Amino acid sequence: MGHYLPSTEKERAEMLKAIGLNSVRELYRDVPDCVYREQPLNLPEGKSEMEISACLKQLGEMNKQYRLILCGAGAYDHYIPSIVKYIPAKEEFLTAYTPYQAEISQGILQSIFEYQTMICELTGMDVSNASVYDGATAAAEGCTMCRSKKRSVTLVSAAAHPDVIATIRTYCYGVNAEMKLVPAKDGATDLNALKEMLTQDVASVYFAQPNFFGLFEDAEGIIAAAHDAGAMVVMGCNPIALGLMKTPGELGADVAVGEGQPLGMPLSYGGPYLGFMATTKKNMRSLPGRIVGETKDAAGNRAFVLSLQAREQHIRREKASSNICSNEALCALTAGLYLTVMGPNGLQETAQQCLSKAHYLAEELEKTGGVKLPYTGEFFHEFVTVQPQRDEILKKLEEAGILGGLPLGEDRILWCVTEKASKKELDEVVRLVKEVLA
Amino acid sequence: MKLVFEKSMPGHASVILPPLDVEKKALPENLSRGRLPRLPELSETEVSRHYTELVHEVYGVNSGFYPLGSCTMKYNPRIDEEIAALPSFTGIHPLAPQEATEGCRKVLEEAADLLEEISGMDAMTFQPAAGAHGEFTGVLLIKQYHDARGDEKRRKIIVPDSAHGTNPATAAMCGYEVVNIASAPDGCVDLDALKAALGEDTAGLMLTNPNTVGLFDPNILEITRLVHEAGGLCYYDGANLNAIMGHVRPGDMGFDCVHMNLHKTFATPHGGGGPGAGAVGCKAFLAPYLPKSALMDGGEGIQVRGFAGNFLVVLKALTYILTLGKEGIPQASETAVLNANYLMKGVKEVFTPAFDRICMHEFVLDLSDYKKATGVSALDVAKRLIDYGIHPPTMYFPLIVHEALMLEPTETESRETLDQVAEIFRKVKEDGIREPELLHTAPHNATIGRPDEVAAARNPILKAEL
Repeated sequence: MGHYLPSTEKERAEMLKAIGLNSVRELYRDVPDCVYREQPLNLPEGKSEMEISACLKQLGEMNKQYRLILCGAGAYDHYIPSIVKYIPAKEEFLTAYTPYQAEISQGILQSIFEYQTMICELTGMDVSNASVYDGATAAAEGCTMCRSKKRSVTLVSAAAHPDVIATIRTYCYGVNAEMKLVPAKDGATDLNALKEMLTQDVASVYFAQPNFFGLFEDAEGIIAAAHDAGAMVVMGCNPIALGLMKTPGELGADVAVGEGQPLGMPLSYGGPYLGFMATTKKNMRSLPGRIVGETKDAAGNRAFVLSLQAREQHIRREKASSNICSNEALCALTAGLYLTVMGPNGLQETAQQCLSKAHYLAEELEKTGGVKLPYTGEFFHEFVTVQPQRDEILKKLEEAGILGGLPLGEDRILWCVTEKASKKELDEVVRLVKEVLA
Repeated sequence: MKLVFEKSMPGHASVILPPLDVEKKALPENLSRGRLPRLPELSETEVSRHYTELVHEVYGVNSGFYPLGSCTMKYNPRIDEEIAALPSFTGIHPLAPQEATEGCRKVLEEAADLLEEISGMDAMTFQPAAGAHGEFTGVLLIKQYHDARGDEKRRKIIVPDSAHGTNPATAAMCGYEVVNIASAPDGCVDLDALKAALGEDTAGLMLTNPNTVGLFDPNILEITRLVHEAGGLCYYDGANLNAIMGHVRPGDMGFDCVHMNLHKTFATPHGGGGPGAGAVGCKAFLAPYLPKSALMDGGEGIQVRGFAGNFLVVLKALTYILTLGKEGIPQASETAVLNANYLMKGVKEVFTPAFDRICMHEFVLDLSDYKKATGVSALDVAKRLIDYGIHPPTMYFPLIVHEALMLEPTETESRETLDQVAEIFRKVKEDGIREPELLHTAPHNATIGRPDEVAAARNPILKAEL
């Protein structure tokens, strides 16, 4: 069996003796006999490192790796620069705990402070927290921030990601608050329906930009309607799209949230990902989770600390703004690192390539004649198509080592194209689709 | 140290993407941002140097002794990282067809089987991304159970005053009124206080066992029986599971659901504050209420996060459990308990333990007498420990002990280290008697002195001026 104990059995026996005990059972003397396990657990025998390596690699080989991924829907296959993989694997970054002891944690605290600054730049907001678990929890926590005694209802666009909707619904269920879905029309939030639903008890409206179907929402219209009715706005954003698109700050949203995975994190079957959250100065003290602030030490040196802790569970207990303790610090470091490597122009170029390549594929698919785009709105790097031979098309791509888009409903596909796809590959996709249609 | 923005030079960059090979599509003006985000501009050398500079100012488990009580800072094996970096896992899209994700699903199934056996539960979810998130999920199981039975009068969750802050915060997020009950003088649950708090309005009890003072509650069976008798359910906060694996199971103690911190007990790294994983296990009768992904699984159930959770963290934990196996898992726990007792014996010749008896995997020191005598506080002692090259213990927790320092050495420390640490505590104590000011102003060997937290809160600077 493997183990990580820096002691021998003999040493441990001596240590036991040194504390005046004779057996391990005596260490557990407060455990009642009837529940103390004399029999070993039903677990497999332990393994050496060489055996474990082989055994886990074998499990990995049961997965299929595609040479091209055209599926997004909340998890995006972007290129990850080499250095972005190596730096977060440095042992100190990897193995440290939450930076409670600022004096020996300046590296982590500074990385979070830099991340917060970059999130504020991306979103155009004033204040960012140090991260939450993922995009769905960021959206749910964002809606929680907006609730008050008088206003408790949360409106969520039906054009948002289904996992985000379900997570917001669950957080609302927790505190017995009501959540209502605003219907979608032509793949986007139905603004007229929203206006009718904006009653005096509505605390906030959540929508995503671009939305689940890849379309840009009428953000100005949604935000104006919400604000006119006295409600706040939580805007979900794709962080790569923010390299080009109008920011929540420019639009006047109250809270900006999103899934940070596209910023240097691999797909990894859904996690670890990164929830980013930012808000206006006015709402700063209702942000949940850790926030790093700059201050000085006694000698006047620049120093970073966990700040505004009076909001948090370890101080406020049942009155805290959230129960969150651990977040996704290493993912935040990764995102900051990714944005540093890409720089302003690199991020813009990535967004530009996503946008252009997605439009190229959409147009080429449409040209086949057998594939239609049901929505006419502007889109970023995801779009929906309708085609009768949906399953055959996806199967054909699958056989060619390409993961096609996400099947929706009876005959629809939600495609996603990132900077990773080349024209050559996209042309091949179109050729394969044509073969099915013929 | 300079911020990355202060090192930025216009035009410095890495060449990451090839030129665009299709026609450029312009985003319409009305959808476009006004100006580029002011991100730093650095060459790859400069990026590398910046982060190397940062990493030199981080203390990790690999750096030295890290007795942060309640956090189980055990060694994080490299092989777990290597496995979790395999492209055959990192490259898998969560929405790929079933047959393409067999390996990932097998990882989750196997990890569920093993953790169910270790915790004595019947079903698991890996959706929660951290311990507190697991608590939220677990208490929502309790809430759904009562709701499904139409038992609407159960509006209170009982939490001992020694609990982690996340427990009452969780209960509040689940819409419950929190009933804090005072601990007995021995640090365990006061049975009379519990009985007085229990009633028809009790939804459940949240409990850590061993508790936050490092003691296994000898009345545990009576506690869970009383809660069940009143119609409530019992939630096990697995923060301290590292003490008991293979020796006793939460499921056998009478708990109905648990969360396990894979980033503590199962050796996955904490990453400076996450990602973790708060796997939640429950008995069969609660299994129908476990969360699902609307997109991956369909259905109307609760959902606490997107997709299936922090998959790679679960993979690392699985690697760890399979490495240790049936012999190694209980041995890890008993060695953690042995190390804590051995360290307590060494340190109690210096400072007073809050509860002087055989402890579990951690113990708490009470420095009130020392403070009275010298004016030196637990905070001062903690900061002085930094000068001696070790990470301070958890300070001022649990709240029921004044001037508390909570030490959890874990099983991955040697006898030599524990002996040296006891010696360091002796030196620090003597430093404080000889020269209290030296401790009031500690640390002296770190890159910064004590930061002004009051100024940070009063005048918050939460991003760089660009």
